[in-house]
Amino acid sequence: MSVRSKQDFWSGVMFLVVGLFFSWGATEYSMGTAARMGPGYFPFWLGLLLALLGAGIALGALAPSAEETEVDKFDWRIVGLVIGSVVLYGILMQPLGVYISTFLLVVLSSLAGHDFNWKVAAANGIFLVVFSYLAFVKGLGLIFPLWPSLFVN
Amino acid sequence: MELLDHLMLGLSVAVTPENLLYAFLGCLLGTLIGVLPGIGPVPTIAMLLPITYVLPPTAGLIMLAGIYYGAQYGGSTTAILVALPGETSAVVTVLDGHQMARNGRAGAALAIAALGSFFAGCIATVLLSAFAPPLAEVAFKFGPAEYFSLMVLGLVGAVVLASGSLSKAIAMILLGLLLGMVGTDVNSGVARYDFGIPELQDGIDFAIVAMGVFGFAEIMTNLEQRENRVEITDKVGTLYPNKQEFKQAWPAVVRGTALGSALGILPGGGAVLSSFASYTLEKKLSSTPERFGKGHPAGVAGPESANNAAAQTSFIPLLTLGIPGNAVMALMIGAMTIHNIQPGPQVMSSHPELFWGLIVSMWIGNLMLLVLNLPLIGLWIKLLKVPYRILFPAILVFCTIGVYSLNYNNFDILITALFGLIGYVWSKLKCEGAPLLLGLVLGPMMEENFRRALLLARGDYSTFVMRPLSASLLVAAVFLVVIVASPSIRKKREETFVEEG
Repeated sequence: MSVRSKQDFWSGVMFLVVGLFFSWGATEYSMGTAARMGPGYFPFWLGLLLALLGAGIALGALAPSAEETEVDKFDWRIVGLVIGSVVLYGILMQPLGVYISTFLLVVLSSLAGHDFNWKVAAANGIFLVVFSYLAFVKGLGLIFPLWPSLFVN
Repeated sequence: MELLDHLMLGLSVAVTPENLLYAFLGCLLGTLIGVLPGIGPVPTIAMLLPITYVLPPTAGLIMLAGIYYGAQYGGSTTAILVALPGETSAVVTVLDGHQMARNGRAGAALAIAALGSFFAGCIATVLLSAFAPPLAEVAFKFGPAEYFSLMVLGLVGAVVLASGSLSKAIAMILLGLLLGMVGTDVNSGVARYDFGIPELQDGIDFAIVAMGVFGFAEIMTNLEQRENRVEITDKVGTLYPNKQEFKQAWPAVVRGTALGSALGILPGGGAVLSSFASYTLEKKLSSTPERFGKGHPAGVAGPESANNAAAQTSFIPLLTLGIPGNAVMALMIGAMTIHNIQPGPQVMSSHPELFWGLIVSMWIGNLMLLVLNLPLIGLWIKLLKVPYRILFPAILVFCTIGVYSLNYNNFDILITALFGLIGYVWSKLKCEGAPLLLGLVLGPMMEENFRRALLLARGDYSTFVMRPLSASLLVAAVFLVVIVASPSIRKKREETFVEEG
């Protein structure tokens, strides 16, 4: 017996685990009865349903008739740069203000692109900072911490 | 006549300078993101949701609607000129549209696409105003059991008609429903699955999930593919289709409009499916099917009319039943709730100016799009030359600022990043995000109606099948699953998607 459809197999495992997790979590809340449901009732059965379906998908991937698929390689460099720069933005925005953190977000995430060029990335960063200022701060009046809190106080 | 009165009311709302401006902005933005491959209406509308908070509700909805149907116009431009679908609904337009461009008929193809879309938009607007009121009447007879069954049908419909694996799509819906459980339970006040994090007690905002799964994850998958130098057809040529092209195109436009309007109303229908269906239909009906794929005008006219008609009629279930048929409509529900408007049949009577204003603005928007697309085509061609390495950081900036302004909370940015990562894994596993988003939006609504229905029936589950309306909705849902799961249809469905996709 071998895993023929790797995509389906791992999807099924994911659904199984997540479904069981939600069901298990639901047991902490009161279940109630069908007529007077507690907060745990609906998620408990829904989670179980998902787990069952997930198990079915995973088993189906083992069947000889399953279509053969592979899971494509993850490109961790791109993921790290894109997600990392967004996380950094989320952390730095309060202390550094929106202008500096936007600039950092643009330059850092640009590293994920092909033919990266410092000048282009920096110019793009400056353009987007100015654009954000005009559109979001001036135009829409959204409230951000603008500059590093050090300077303001 | 009542309908005329309503349309006059709508007209008076839609032509105020403010609403005209926002309709224009929406169409412009929609065309822009439609033209650009790699960003679609879902993340764009999610990004702009918080911003519409500062607008009056009517203006906000008019703008968001404009983005959706504007994207259908814009997507065809890229499809014809670059052979890349700017939007998924324009995938089939690539086949014949780009061939026409290579034959030196790019202008004619663009004109056929735009005029067909305009015609479809006009008809769909009329249909929307004619069918919405009677449907809303039916919806008033709905109790919680009917609403629950209707949502089941809607969710089933959404996956049945989509491409890809059926069981995985259903699992994604269930996952979405479960994610919708996160947050405070309205009945008991218990915070569920909050892991002690106060920000999670309000639930996970679907705009966050949409931006993570559709925005961020898509950027990463796009970046993985080497930036291929695109060859853009600069020579657009005359914008006037010749007599023969016109003769071949117009029946396809009419058929595409009819097909698209019908499929758009169905839950889960919408723009993508109807363009595929229309292309298949045109090829079947044509006396010269071998000319399809080599630049047949009907291959552009049919799908383009169909996707625009469907984009507009998909507002019918939203405005009459309060049930979203696709991911974009799910976001529109969010836009309405931001302004304290409960989507459903009562919108028509409680907010007639919003309802009719939105409908009439769609017609005006279609007119604007005609102007935006044909004379300004040169501008869009220039835009297509902007490389992706400049574009994607901009998308990241707009997404993060959009997320932050939802609640002015940094935590939301981190959650979005997390969903970006999850969405990336899902794309590797070929699990689709759209059903998840629908489930997420419907989750709380479904649970509430489920609980209420069983409370009324004193815990008797047979209430769902004993009430005739509810039973027929459930039967329809089961019927849909059975049809699609049956081997012969399944094979055919896969073939259609493989062949055209």
